[in-house]
Amino acid sequence: MTSATKTLPAHLDYVLRIADTSLILGQRLAEWCGHGPVIEEDIALTNIALDLVGQARLMLTHAGALEGQGRDEDQLAFLRREPEFRNLTIVELPNGDFGRTILRNFLVAAWQRELYQALAKSSDTELAAIAAKSLKETRYHVQHASDWVIRLGDGTEESHRRMQAAVDVLWPYTAEFFSATPTDDVAVATSVGPAWPSLEPAWTAAVTPVLEVATLKVPARTPFLTRGKLGMHSEHFGHLLAEMQYLQRAYPGGTW
Amino acid sequence: MLTTAQAWDILARVPDPEIPAISVTELGIVRDVQAVEEGVDVVVTPTYSGCPATEVIERSIREALSAAGARDVRVRQQLSPAWSTDWIAEDARERLRAYGIAPPGERPVGGVQPLSFVPRVACPRCGSADTERLSQFGSTACKALYRCRACREPFEYFKPL
Repeated sequence: MTSATKTLPAHLDYVLRIADTSLILGQRLAEWCGHGPVIEEDIALTNIALDLVGQARLMLTHAGALEGQGRDEDQLAFLRREPEFRNLTIVELPNGDFGRTILRNFLVAAWQRELYQALAKSSDTELAAIAAKSLKETRYHVQHASDWVIRLGDGTEESHRRMQAAVDVLWPYTAEFFSATPTDDVAVATSVGPAWPSLEPAWTAAVTPVLEVATLKVPARTPFLTRGKLGMHSEHFGHLLAEMQYLQRAYPGGTW
Repeated sequence: MLTTAQAWDILARVPDPEIPAISVTELGIVRDVQAVEEGVDVVVTPTYSGCPATEVIERSIREALSAAGARDVRVRQQLSPAWSTDWIAEDARERLRAYGIAPPGERPVGGVQPLSFVPRVACPRCGSADTERLSQFGSTACKALYRCRACREPFEYFKPL
């Protein structure tokens, strides 16, 4: 856990949670570049990373406008400090093996799909436009990950064992997708977006059949709750930022 | 001075950098063109959020119009409505096929995705429907990788979006 976090205006906070979740998952997936188990999956994971970083760029540009301090997408991505990031903790966890990476993509993409569907009706027209566009891409991410979750979960003894281990590790982190925060209340009151707890039934209905076909068992919910979206991150996050932000920190203002 | 119609004609000859067989207007990403005093205003929409070709396309548009005499070319990005493969011109689909890329099929209605749904795609080379998907993502995010079991050739499929 890191030092005290600053309270942000709710609208900005809400957008940053979405933007940062895409950005950090994109950064993690980019680590697979050149390391995929087969070339097709190497390319698939990095193409998904590209979609996510593209979505993050649009949303961070929008966040910069909402913030009104003249910061652009690059400054927000590369010059904010750890507690200023509002991503879900699950996306900053190390990739683990291919199965765990795929399972996380599945859990997160299924959540993004529900979120973007609701956001397409946002009173914030820019956010609605970004969500409507991202939704189309996210559907392919869900499909890609679902196919693999089933193939590996209902695969060999070894692949099943690894996938079940991935479920056991990652499932507790999904509680954060749906925890209630004051930011959600403001987002609902201003019609900016849905309260995230309201997305849980549709998400559960979407992921459960896939996990069942994959013969994977979901652990019971515990009080474990991460708080990345509140700016309180895991011990892995600083290392991720050190790599992601290295160039701008070492050579401030550097461009290609 | 260029007229709006002349500007459209020029853009109709600007190839997509990733798929040079079709132009940026045939791809459906040029949403509006307006000749204004001293220049041209162009509105484009990206195919995919992270498509690295977007910036190259904007530059190509600027260069083509400048070369034709437009002094001030402004290219603006517009996200809504989101780009769809339905906007790819009819005759461009045939050119995609001739180029070795199977053109996009129908989009799933209402975004419904049955589990493990793999669309049937005909081989752009031999026309056989006996094909299989190798990967959901090909050389770019907008394409999937397939293989024809009849002629044994691999090919790409432009995914409906």
